[in-house]
Amino acid sequence: RGSSSRSEAKSGRTDLIFLIRFRHCCLLRNQRCVLAYLYDRLLRIRALRWEYGSVLPNTIQFHMSAEEVEWFNRYKKSLATYMRSVGGEEGLDLTQDIKPPKSLYIEVRCLRDYGEFEIDDGTTVLLKKNSQHFLPRWKCEQLIRQGVLEHILS
Amino acid sequence: QAWLNEKFAPELLESKPEIIECVVEQLDHMEANLKRAKRGDLKVSVHRMEIERIRYVLSSYLRCRLVKIEKFFPHVLEKEKSRAEGEPSILSPEEFAFAKEYMANTETYLKNVALKHMPPNLQKVSLLRSVPKPNLDSFVFLRVLERQENILVEPETDEQREYTIDLEEGSQHLIRYRTIAPLVASGAVQLI
Repeated sequence: RGSSSRSEAKSGRTDLIFLIRFRHCCLLRNQRCVLAYLYDRLLRIRALRWEYGSVLPNTIQFHMSAEEVEWFNRYKKSLATYMRSVGGEEGLDLTQDIKPPKSLYIEVRCLRDYGEFEIDDGTTVLLKKNSQHFLPRWKCEQLIRQGVLEHILS
Repeated sequence: QAWLNEKFAPELLESKPEIIECVVEQLDHMEANLKRAKRGDLKVSVHRMEIERIRYVLSSYLRCRLVKIEKFFPHVLEKEKSRAEGEPSILSPEEFAFAKEYMANTETYLKNVALKHMPPNLQKVSLLRSVPKPNLDSFVFLRVLERQENILVEPETDEQREYTIDLEEGSQHLIRYRTIAPLVASGAVQLI
């Protein structure tokens, strides 16, 4: 519709110029609103990668369009490539260490059954619901974010 | 220092690959040492804590940069493209690749979901104009490391006129980022 009104303008109907300008402004505003909405959704989806990890819970995926899922997959691949390129051989997982470390070991409670969990020195811990453990902080971070463990602050 | 500067600066600062490489090497070295150490040795705990702290600072620094790259992606890419030969880069090669992928990903998404369904003369959008630029006029706190003379300060109100100030070593100031941006790059001041 925009292009047809442009050709009308070219044919010399000067009284329509204002109407055309007005309609064009409306179209531009609508375009801005649509893009702002879509872009904001993308920003929230991006935040999900940093909060939940590479695999999104089904309830969230249900609310995403196919193109958004594709955007997410491409984003996490791009991020993974970047993280691998930094730091040493395996790369540096930037989604860890979000808060400055206060102590080496932390007290955690298990919120649901997880199974066996191996720590650095070779010992394994059985994570059953409601069991409490005193574990190295860096091993727990991922599980805390996934909701398997809960940090007990005494 | 690089970490603090990056944290408090409103725009993406120069990339510092040498520092990153150095820190990463240190971390690997320390990890290797720890693996060889005896269990139950007190030094192990202290070293491990040190490793955690260093890793946190490094992660925080790189995360801060990524956030800024994603937030200002068209401007960051434009700045890098129009960079002169001798000027230092603000993006590491890996960050540059990440930024390009992010831009392509977002552009493709917007095109496929919205733009291609719009009337023909509205199908292109300039991301450079739509995405907000970093606010270089935001105020920052700084500490002076090297004495500076005759820094030109822009007037705040119409009644004021521009004036010059001298920055004494060790003094602390609250000033617009734009005025002291080159001093951050040269290391003469430290953002706090």
